[in-house]
Amino acid sequence: MSFEYAPAPESRAVVSIKPKYGHFIGGKFVAGSKHFPTINPATEEVLSQIALAGKAEVDAAVKAARKAYTTTWSKMSGKERGKYLYRIARIMQERAREFAVLETLDNGKPIRESRDTDIPLAAAHFFYHAGWADKLEYAGLGTSPKPLGVAGQIIPWNFPLLMLAWKVAPALAAGNTVVLKPAESTPLTALLFAEVCQQAELPAGVVNIVTGDGSTGALIVNHPGIDKIAFTGSTEVGKIIARAVAPTKKSVTLELGGKAANIVFDDAPIDETVEGIVNGIFFNQGHVCCAGSRLLLQENVAEEVLHKLKNRMEKIRVGDPMDKNTDVGAINSKEQLVKITELAAAGDAEGAERWSPACTLPVKGFWFAPTIFTGVTQAHRIAREEIFGPVLSVLTFRTPQEAIEKANNTPFGLSAGVWSEKGSRILWASQQLRAGVIWANTFNKFDPTSPFGGYKESGWGREGGRHGLSAYLKGVGHE
Amino acid sequence: MNFYGLVDGSEASLKSYLNQLSGVDQVGAEARAAMLATRSIKTSSKRWAIDTAITMVDLTTLEGADTPGKVKALCTKAVRPDPTDTTVPSVGAVCVYNDMVSVARTHLDLIGGQHVPVAAVSTAFPSGRASMAVKIQDTQDAIDAGAAEIDMVIDRGAFLAGHYIEVFNEIVQIKQVCGDKAHLKVIFETGELVTYDNVRKASFLAMAAGADFIKTSTGKVAPAATPPVVLVMLEAVRDFYEMTNTRIGVKPAGGIRTTKDAIKQLVLVNETVGPDWLNPKLFRIGASALLNDLLMQRMKLDEGYYSSPQYVTMD
Repeated sequence: MSFEYAPAPESRAVVSIKPKYGHFIGGKFVAGSKHFPTINPATEEVLSQIALAGKAEVDAAVKAARKAYTTTWSKMSGKERGKYLYRIARIMQERAREFAVLETLDNGKPIRESRDTDIPLAAAHFFYHAGWADKLEYAGLGTSPKPLGVAGQIIPWNFPLLMLAWKVAPALAAGNTVVLKPAESTPLTALLFAEVCQQAELPAGVVNIVTGDGSTGALIVNHPGIDKIAFTGSTEVGKIIARAVAPTKKSVTLELGGKAANIVFDDAPIDETVEGIVNGIFFNQGHVCCAGSRLLLQENVAEEVLHKLKNRMEKIRVGDPMDKNTDVGAINSKEQLVKITELAAAGDAEGAERWSPACTLPVKGFWFAPTIFTGVTQAHRIAREEIFGPVLSVLTFRTPQEAIEKANNTPFGLSAGVWSEKGSRILWASQQLRAGVIWANTFNKFDPTSPFGGYKESGWGREGGRHGLSAYLKGVGHE
Repeated sequence: MNFYGLVDGSEASLKSYLNQLSGVDQVGAEARAAMLATRSIKTSSKRWAIDTAITMVDLTTLEGADTPGKVKALCTKAVRPDPTDTTVPSVGAVCVYNDMVSVARTHLDLIGGQHVPVAAVSTAFPSGRASMAVKIQDTQDAIDAGAAEIDMVIDRGAFLAGHYIEVFNEIVQIKQVCGDKAHLKVIFETGELVTYDNVRKASFLAMAAGADFIKTSTGKVAPAATPPVVLVMLEAVRDFYEMTNTRIGVKPAGGIRTTKDAIKQLVLVNETVGPDWLNPKLFRIGASALLNDLLMQRMKLDEGYYSSPQYVTMD
């Protein structure tokens, strides 16, 4: 007997995608001059034509943001700003299905994840920061912290709406106005968010959204009318931004790459650990900066954990992201697929052993089977470089000290996982690990109250919680 | 007895066997069960799941007010759940109290239900509070009256006090009474064991002692067959199969009332132990109200609309 799940596709009737989009500047959609396509990475279908912002558009957006900042938003009481944020949060919840479908179409992530993770968390960030708007004097930054001004925000393609929420919600709560650029390959939910701003009757110019590629991002970073840059993306681009803003008065926060160690001690709860390993690296196709991409197994349980992990991976459902039963969707772009393929080939070439479950990948679109490499050492490229795909490097260790040394032996330091039933071991390990987020007996859990950010090349500053809020405020001793 | 070579019957060996088990993380187990509950089962797969679930139902009546007439009606329904539709399969078994076993067996044989076994709840069900002599006699009576399946309860008091060897020996003795005449299902009453660690421990204890099936609950205590509890038991059964090459069945019972609940259980089976267990020989659902909901959902798939409850037979 076999229990095959019949296709259960989410309906796309709930969204209407325009054939062409402009920018959202000063509360209105304005036509762009040049355009580029955005596609569905699962089918390579062109979804829409997206405007490419040049100097004129970025100037207009910054000007609109400045005007809104000086005339309206920075003068408004925190209580009133909070009302707008609550309104936006509620509208996002009301239109959650629309956002989820659009996110999945444009990004390739499974509808189960956009529906159950991305969109609810994005709304939660607005609710959380709405609550802060009239309580900023209690944020521990002095009695009257002030906004910074106009924030230029550049976000990645892995969690398009969620990253928008991480950036826009604290900026607005603190009284800043924003110019936001969504990623080139995933602009659609940001443009739907622009509609939500209109629906919430947010004052014109408080949120401006310009679409484009890296050249648009560079215009924002280098714009003299911007007071703060917030960037989430690759370490490579983060370094360019850091150099660009170094001689200026701009504040900057950077949320960059990672190569997180997920450490399994021999007293771990094995079945839940296997779930955590799967969630750590295959959630969102591994397009997660804090993904648990290096699995460190204590040698005496390595065989058992790997056996169970492989059995579990046989059950992963790869395919149509719009199917409600899909666990792993499409790789976001051809470019990213090439990068993943190249790094996996380096794993083969350096003698690591590759394993993937039997799975049939669709012919059209960009796909990469869930993959693990065993026999990996610290010297392998796949143990050092961020793959940003569904590829797990498995290493082993014998003593807790060795696990910590291996975990910390990386230029990154965004996140780490510790699996053990022993509380003292968890506390000890989390004190030794040089990473911004440490999960104990879980992985990839996010909450607006919890600050997120990295050590070393994983970035500067924190997002979320009181720490994240402080990145958008000038307090006592700040200038 | 060799107990699969896992324990030698001594308390020390049982302790070391149980101490090797890894713990269960409550948050993680509940998250996994919740994720599997989001599986969307539609059209042809729903049809298959409904018919499979019907064959797995242990149609149960365990009331002080049970009468021979009610038990006979239940048996009739068990053989032919929908009298107007012969394509509906018979259920997995009829589950009754000890004194109703002969009534059930006689009636099933009379109406052409020889293929439907009778399960008897045993060992001072539901509390398990009686002397061993009484429990053995209880079981022997049920088998003599024609029970092919014995649903015994464990002594939760002994288990919670850490007297695992007492629970183990009890199961061993009841298994001896069952011999090859009856299948043994061991009920844990997971609502009283409370933690998933205890559920996992009880599962391994019962399997080594000779259980053919492990069963969540009596139906008299809530919570009963919650998805995470069933998940933990399925994982135990899967691991035990890898250790011993023996397949042990699982029976969730209590609180499974709707088709949706039942399909969630089948998804848990499918994605934990795999399709080998999607079979009434290895998976049963102890229920009473569930059968009517399965029948109504089946009609809905055929006819496209929901029928009134008057179109299915009352118990």
